[in-house]
Amino acid sequence: MNDLKAYLEKRDALRAKTVPRLTLFCCGGTSCLSSASDVIIELLRGKVEAHGLEADIDVKQVGCLRLCGEGPLIFVEPDDITYVQVQVEDVDDIFTQHILNKQTVERLLVTEPDGSWVSSYREMPFYKTQHRIALRNCGEIDPRDIGAYIARDGYHALALCLLEQTPEQVIETIKQSGLRGRGGGGFPTGLKWAYTAAVKSEEKYVICNADEGDPGAFMDRSIIEGDPHSLVEAMTIAAYAIGAKQGYIYIRAEYAISIEPLKLALDKAREHGFLGDNIFGTTFCFDIDIKLGAGAFVCGEETALIRSMEGHRGEPDKKPPFPSESGFRDKPTSVNNVETFVNVPAIILNGAAWFASYGTEKSKGTKVFALAGNIKNIGLVEVPMGTTFNEIIYEIGGGHPEGKEIKGVQIGGPSGGVITRDYFDTPIDYDSLTAIGAMMGSGGMIVMDEDTDMVEIAKFYLDFTQEESCGKCTPCRIGTKRLFEILERLTSMQGEPSDLDKLETLARNIQAASLCGLGQSAPNPVLSTMKYFREEYEAYAYRTKKTKYTIDPKKCIGCTKCARVCPVACIRGVVREVHIVEEAECIACGACYDACPVDAVLRP
Amino acid sequence: MKNKILDISSLDRALLDQLDTYIKNLEGDNEENLIHVLHRAQALFGHLPHNLQLYVARALNLSGAKVNGVVTFYSFFNEEPTGKYVVSVCMGTACFVKGADKVLQKILDIIGTKKNEMSADGLFTVKDVRCIGACGLAPVVTINDKVYGKVQVNDVETLIGRYKGGQSA
Repeated sequence: MNDLKAYLEKRDALRAKTVPRLTLFCCGGTSCLSSASDVIIELLRGKVEAHGLEADIDVKQVGCLRLCGEGPLIFVEPDDITYVQVQVEDVDDIFTQHILNKQTVERLLVTEPDGSWVSSYREMPFYKTQHRIALRNCGEIDPRDIGAYIARDGYHALALCLLEQTPEQVIETIKQSGLRGRGGGGFPTGLKWAYTAAVKSEEKYVICNADEGDPGAFMDRSIIEGDPHSLVEAMTIAAYAIGAKQGYIYIRAEYAISIEPLKLALDKAREHGFLGDNIFGTTFCFDIDIKLGAGAFVCGEETALIRSMEGHRGEPDKKPPFPSESGFRDKPTSVNNVETFVNVPAIILNGAAWFASYGTEKSKGTKVFALAGNIKNIGLVEVPMGTTFNEIIYEIGGGHPEGKEIKGVQIGGPSGGVITRDYFDTPIDYDSLTAIGAMMGSGGMIVMDEDTDMVEIAKFYLDFTQEESCGKCTPCRIGTKRLFEILERLTSMQGEPSDLDKLETLARNIQAASLCGLGQSAPNPVLSTMKYFREEYEAYAYRTKKTKYTIDPKKCIGCTKCARVCPVACIRGVVREVHIVEEAECIACGACYDACPVDAVLRP
Repeated sequence: MKNKILDISSLDRALLDQLDTYIKNLEGDNEENLIHVLHRAQALFGHLPHNLQLYVARALNLSGAKVNGVVTFYSFFNEEPTGKYVVSVCMGTACFVKGADKVLQKILDIIGTKKNEMSADGLFTVKDVRCIGACGLAPVVTINDKVYGKVQVNDVETLIGRYKGGQSA
């Protein structure tokens, strides 16, 4: 393929080859695979073969279908049927009832609270309001099949860049689109590329940061597993724009099962001439290798990531010099994360103005959020920037699974903060989040209900940061440890009112004095929860916090349900009389709270 | 450590040969390859005892201190032996808010060991791990490569019981 015409012919030939037939799109995302979707796929394929139906029915393993909480998922097209929570035992019914007898297996559909069934994902609020750019191919194609990617315009953007545009034009398009880094601080991608392009050097590097370390974020992993070629194509475009010959994908060793599809994608891209020497017959040469991480949160910071790639302890360096001047092997290097990259081919194909038409004034395009925690619909959500928390939590997420009150949302992982209900109508973009004390981070969104103890949450994050602190600079190494100790003292009821001031002062000092972005943002979970849930801190500091369950005598009807479920038998009372919890013996397990039919049990 | 005589008598020669072959076929800078070599060594031996670290250091012409510095920095590398079954409880936020800490405690109680320490019978090592990105299944426990989702405290006894005989479930 040495010109655009050859590419387009190849693409159209691949499109023509795809015959429309009954296709079962089976989710091969991490959550679904863990629930045996691979076994289900094998069984389905076995049945199709046994009946000699290979020509009529295609059982495809695709990337993440996004509604992870309802997995394993199967979308049947063109029948427009969506099966959820499919078990190995359901394979017979799907095959016999649906495939052979053309009848929907109703018990595997999503059931509404009123007992009715939703037959297609297209009718579900979870899917209806999403808009996919980064996840455009995820769940649509077999990630192992490069032909399927090409048929969906894959590598078209690369062809356009190499054959019809100068590197400057490519950078200008990315700048105009307003694309900002999706992994943390939100630095403009076009600018980063322009800085790296401007430095004169024979050797330059493009690095993909796939060290998705934020707890609760799994979008990058889903993209790599579901659409690896988009990443390969985007990195190659970036290399052309900045003048690099070599690229690296730095990926967490914990993501072992993501690495195989990625390696396969690289091999296939080389076979087809999208990587290697003289790509599309031009003088441009580029290849990509994989570098393994080894479990260090700080390696998500670009200078630490580069140190780790060089075989050192992953400690960050001071900036400047920025990696765009002196990065990997002291050469100009552009580091971008997975989600940022995969937007690039779409921008090249559809134009900067198209991309910039989504989002808010300073945050363009869409953002993928990993929605999890105490929420009905758990999964990946891609929405235009500027969508509000209310829309994500209540419309897409479906609210609390048991209808409890949602107290707050943690966004941005250990660097982010907790946001209360009062801010749920905030349009989510980089700047509005920073303004309310959180940050975009990589887009992990953990919903917390009324049972969540915010001081415990802050402690949870600080436990994480103090353990993950690389130890290079004192404010982070010692400061986060001390913050954690104060929180531990408070939650074990050993705290003092003066601890609150100490927490705040120390947190501010760490913010001001730490070397890298991770240290500077490490106190965010403490500061944001202190700001919005100060009364919870005070309850610990003044030791007024109730730790045991009690029963409201006005509400108790004496049904004995609580006493019967209590594992330590510390609830006294007889039938039809008010029951009492012996607080000294209560282990605060909450069994009575869940058992009470009239909400008479009061939580600590 | 430089003058210390390297004692590799406790290491399996056949595995060392495999490691040697791996190192021999590597291209590029020794230092840059270190983390990949350590991944390989740990995959072969299960953990990275000091003499193995020193062996790697000699093979790559790096100092023992350098290798030890890298091994101890990254949580993926273990210096201590691990049990036949590594039970990892995900401590990502999604799992935490769904009670992963209670699940972890219950597992430790049942096995009767401490976090990151091999159980006396050599069967189990229990760890808490960073988010494994399967938040839809929270709380998540992995035993070697098998993933168990939506694990409740009450499920733990049966789950661990399946591995207690030493035969994989």
